Amino acid sequence: MKKLTFRIGGIHPADSKISASCQIETLPLPEKMYVSMAQHLGAPATPIVAVGDKVKAGQVIAEPSGFISAYVHSPASGTVTAIAPRADIAGNMMTHVEITVEGDEWMEGIDLSNTLVTEIPSDKAFILDRIKMNGVVGLGGATFPTHVKLAPPPGKKAECVILNGAECEPYLTSDTRIMIERSSEIVVGAAIISVALDGCPVVIGIEENKPEAIQAMTQAVETLRKTVPACACIKVETLKKKYPQGGEKQLIDAVMRRQVKSGALPIDAGAVVQNVATALAVYEAVQKNKPLVTNVLTVTGECQKEQHNYLFRIGMPLSFVAQQAGGVPEQAAKIISGGPMMGKAIANLEAATVKGSSSLLYLTEEQTKRPAATACIRCGRCVDACPMGLEPNLLFKLAKAGEMEQLEANSVHDCIECGCCLYGCPAGVPLLDLIRPAKGDVIRIIRSRK
Amino acid sequence: MSSTILWTILVLFALGVVLAVMLYLLASKFKVEEDPRIDEVEKVMPGANCGGCGFAGCRAFAQSCVEAGNLDNNFCPVGGNDTMKQVAAVLGLEVKEKAPQVAVVRCNGTCENRPRTSTYDGIASCRVQSMLYTGETGCRYGCLGCGDCVNACSFGALSMDPSTGLPVVDESKCTACGACTKACPKAVIELRNKGPKGMRVYVSCVNKDKGAVARKACAAACIGCGLCVKTCTKGAITMENNLAYIDYEKCKLCRECEAVCSTGAIAGVNFPKALDKDAIKARIKERQAKAAEAAKAAAEAAKAAAAEKPETKEA
Repeated sequence: MKKLTFRIGGIHPADSKISASCQIETLPLPEKMYVSMAQHLGAPATPIVAVGDKVKAGQVIAEPSGFISAYVHSPASGTVTAIAPRADIAGNMMTHVEITVEGDEWMEGIDLSNTLVTEIPSDKAFILDRIKMNGVVGLGGATFPTHVKLAPPPGKKAECVILNGAECEPYLTSDTRIMIERSSEIVVGAAIISVALDGCPVVIGIEENKPEAIQAMTQAVETLRKTVPACACIKVETLKKKYPQGGEKQLIDAVMRRQVKSGALPIDAGAVVQNVATALAVYEAVQKNKPLVTNVLTVTGECQKEQHNYLFRIGMPLSFVAQQAGGVPEQAAKIISGGPMMGKAIANLEAATVKGSSSLLYLTEEQTKRPAATACIRCGRCVDACPMGLEPNLLFKLAKAGEMEQLEANSVHDCIECGCCLYGCPAGVPLLDLIRPAKGDVIRIIRSRK
Repeated sequence: MSSTILWTILVLFALGVVLAVMLYLLASKFKVEEDPRIDEVEKVMPGANCGGCGFAGCRAFAQSCVEAGNLDNNFCPVGGNDTMKQVAAVLGLEVKEKAPQVAVVRCNGTCENRPRTSTYDGIASCRVQSMLYTGETGCRYGCLGCGDCVNACSFGALSMDPSTGLPVVDESKCTACGACTKACPKAVIELRNKGPKGMRVYVSCVNKDKGAVARKACAAACIGCGLCVKTCTKGAITMENNLAYIDYEKCKLCRECEAVCSTGAIAGVNFPKALDKDAIKARIKERQAKAAEAAKAAAEAAKAAAAEKPETKEA
């Protein structure tokens, strides 16, 4: 079978998917949960409950406060005991709704059964409304509100939906597990996305290092195709194992052989990219009316005794998750949320899980040690590795000198911060460390011009 | 042979003369009219081109002074009042004298005061660090210690103290250009009046967290107890978001606030004598006792007056 991949750059880090064979386990509920109001890209949500209110699981507790914003639901039943600022994983304060858990009672109208509902509503507006009201956001990392992405601006048409099952980040296996264990639901979710975009064809891209997932997904598509007409346009494609295969622009290049112009959105190239976990959330929102309050997270690392894939509810403190998995291993020097390439180091383990949480990755001192930076020898490895076709060594130099015009001329704003340039640098130059703030500055300058 | 040399010299000389005449004519034809006073003003400027005045350099500042026709909004922090007087003399304008200022580091989160909770191993830049997270300690307001301010200073007035991990200002070199205040992503550095003989009192903390949280993160944090505000008789101290701030225009350097501060967040510098906390506290106590007595007496007097009033009415 032909394997697809993107054409420029990329690297091959060890995939370290040591938790790939661990079945998804459901976490018990902690005593207290802290639901952040900023779990999505865009404006933070506004709480609509008050201290002392009784809430049920799945009840709306916060409303969107802008066009790009999302509803937030209660992950458990209990009493709202505080609405106060609390530190997130980076230590920044954000309003959290504290819920003291009492039992586990869900809102009426939410279908909690496991039966597969395959009748897909034909009304587009109904689908988008369900997705919006159930607070679904993109679970591939950026947490962009899904209902906004599924309503392309007038004049632009989606020609292909790409379902991202690449999971190219090393260590992460949450997407792998849901593709194996909940393949039929994901396929129905994909069909719903297709219906919402006027029957646009769907390609599910999965990296070759997940043969079980590819098999499960192919089988699910084959089976459902016979009974559900909307599933006829769904296809599973194998992608080469190469980082960052799951990058939005890289996937579009791999699957559609199209490149997204600098500054343009995927929809300009006729593509809509959604994560497989988002498709699952869409399925639950539309078919079961279940809000996005659960997601799957991987607890892994070489120093972690037992690897786990957990079905968690948003608002559980990360320390609680760590404790359920046997506590933070002694050798762990750094804990990362997300993958080792693009994830963020956790400075505050008391922070709560959010919709987009995907892992607790423990790295040892040795694994995290950064080499002492020596002078750039212009070997060009970073240029070869950059999947966006940029020259990281040049951008680094320009960023150091603060040459904003030159940075813009060299398209620093196209950087996707994947870290490929850093990965292979033999001189250990902290390329991305300086390119990232420079990118922010240039984007600000470009915006101020408009 | 000699004629070749002669001809070469002659041709080059002639060429030089022709081109010089052309250049002269072109230069006079396309001459840019510029106020000659700009050059004169520029001559009296310090020439550091630091940008502390808000302009791109000394010449841009001079141009602005000449064009504006007054010196109300222009001030060269490096040259200070002397330079501004000279500028005023050149332009025949008047200038208001400004109190000399100095950069003040408002953080006392030394290694002992502020325990580290994590280790930052990225590039040594406060700006990059502040983009990633709130810093290596529990305090999310204080100095990050990567020395962006030191790099921003064109006068070599700032240096990092390795024992405390905090920047130190060399007052003799600081020109109050403000480059460090702009470079600091946490706005820890503030320009304050230098004060008489360099004596000044300031709150050496920028933590806006509630008392318990701030205290847990740093032993020298302002906990917002408000004792200094109550003690100050000049009304120089304000409390906002659990953080005290001393207005240097109103402060009379009595050091009472410094004496009562329980965490030592208020710093007094360049005073000839060490702070005698007990003496000042005794002084405050005495004053407060007197005030209480006076208040009591006033209350009694008011009571007596109130008691008298009905009598007069009856009469």
